[in-house]
Amino acid sequence: MSTTTDVTQRITLLRDWLAHRLAAEQLAWIDEQCTRIATSPAGSALPVAIGLASRRTGKQPLMLSDEERAAAEAARPGLDTSAWSVEQVARILFVLASYAGAEDSFAARLGARVRSGEIGEQVALYHGLPLYPQAVSVLATAAEGIRSAVQPIYEAVAHRSPYPSEQFSEAMWNQMVVKALFIGSTLAPIQKLDERRNADLARMLVDYAHERWAAGRTVSAELWRCVGPFGDRYMDDLLRVFESPSNVERQSAALALSECPDPDALVVLESDPALWRNIRNGRLDWHTLKQA
Amino acid sequence: MPYIDPHTHMISRTTDDYEAMAAAGIVAVIEPAFWIGQARTNVGSYRDYLSHILGFERFRASQFGIQHYCCIGLNSKEANNEALAEDVMQILPEFASKEGVVAIGEIGFDEQTALEEKYFRLQLDLAREMDLPVMIHTPHRDKKRGASRSMDIIMEHRLAPQRVVIDHVNEETVREVKERGFWAAFSIYPHSKMTAPRMCEIVRQYGAGQLIVDSACDWGISDPLSVPKTAMLLAEQSISDNDVHRVTYANALTAYGQSGQMREADWATAAIDQRARYDGNTVLRGGQDPRVEADN
Ligand SMILES: [Zn+2]
Repeated sequence: MSTTTDVTQRITLLRDWLAHRLAAEQLAWIDEQCTRIATSPAGSALPVAIGLASRRTGKQPLMLSDEERAAAEAARPGLDTSAWSVEQVARILFVLASYAGAEDSFAARLGARVRSGEIGEQVALYHGLPLYPQAVSVLATAAEGIRSAVQPIYEAVAHRSPYPSEQFSEAMWNQMVVKALFIGSTLAPIQKLDERRNADLARMLVDYAHERWAAGRTVSAELWRCVGPFGDRYMDDLLRVFESPSNVERQSAALALSECPDPDALVVLESDPALWRNIRNGRLDWHTLKQA
Repeated sequence: MPYIDPHTHMISRTTDDYEAMAAAGIVAVIEPAFWIGQARTNVGSYRDYLSHILGFERFRASQFGIQHYCCIGLNSKEANNEALAEDVMQILPEFASKEGVVAIGEIGFDEQTALEEKYFRLQLDLAREMDLPVMIHTPHRDKKRGASRSMDIIMEHRLAPQRVVIDHVNEETVREVKERGFWAAFSIYPHSKMTAPRMCEIVRQYGAGQLIVDSACDWGISDPLSVPKTAMLLAEQSISDNDVHRVTYANALTAYGQSGQMREADWATAAIDQRARYDGNTVLRGGQDPRVEADN
């Protein structure tokens, strides 16, 4: 697992990204902060540097080159920086710099920084989750992010990150997925969504759908993605969605039925040959559904 | 007409207030750190308060289409609790350096004690170090002397008056504030401090150049619509549109914009950004549909 060597390597990776995007004096400021933080990890250097980062670097999107992205993938498989901005890289870099000085208090320090952070800081520090050493030790902080009522903070943990699928227990994972729908967020950007589907999650989602329907409301078509493999228990619900006048809903039910173990699913799919053909030849999947 | 209310304690207001403020044209508010009605007993509750006004309150405002900024500081009442004050001073630099912080404030005098003066001075130094404007709370009792003393001390600490807003100004204090080159802010309360008709007289007499109108709405009897209501009254009293715009929008933007943290583009360009999204229904409850606003 992660060691001091990993941290040093990751610090180098992030600093390289900044070096290619910032002016010399901005980079000098970054380096100076890292030195001060490493010298006194518990002092005020870390919080102040995290706060000032956006003023010093600006908030432009990071936008890695193909080469940089490949290097990132090699250093940390699954790392997705597509939603990151430059000041977020600086903030993550500062937190990592504090590790060198005091390894055993890292998780507590990260937790304190997140709790005292304004929204921009929290989003940045949560984007860094896949890069922190001792991944298990920061789990409690990650769980706080999933509980947040602030959608950008929730999404900084849940979306485009390998961390939840690697670290979350089934109960935490299920809470995260259901919460996405609850706060009007989306499931597609959750990494390993299909791999971590489970019977309990399917049941929670179907219960949620029933609750919404009873109140005369709709549910996100994405919900059925996590139900498909357990669809033999929920054939009535899938049929109901399949018969929906909404094209997106009908397609989502068809996609779920295509993974459903119940032999009747095939009968239903064959009743709409054009739709069924699009699924078989890959023209319709959960990623293209949104645009449908 | 768009308005800025540069002194609001939104942490104590309801979502109805936010809705009404947005509907009345308020595009941005500034929330100064202050006393919460009951004394805080330890730095932990102060820390959580500052995190709250910088974090969740800002998000809550954004959900109603209002940009939310903060001032960070130790208020004069709690400066009298020396143990608390010492601890709070330790955490202020960390909070003052955060995004969306437009000033150190509201600081100044309450009873004008020695401890109040000590922490007032320390925070003026902090403002200079952090290169931030300052919002001054002038005392309600012995106001005239308290305001003069505050300005004397600010000058001793070599802060530029055009980077300092003296708040809760009234007829008794406005002349000195204006002549010494400070911004003069007026809190328009329904019953006390300053009222809208008196404000009209002041704008007539002193001109709109350095004057700022705010509501100072908090948990007491106060009106979060004071700024738009005063603007309407000023317009009815034939104050020019330009002058109304200055005292209810432009002057506050100039004064607090000196922080580099508050720009017209924040609310003028993007109706929706990462932080200001309307599609998250987190302040809505089951059965409510999120309000969706068309792009500007
Ligand atoms: Zn106030």
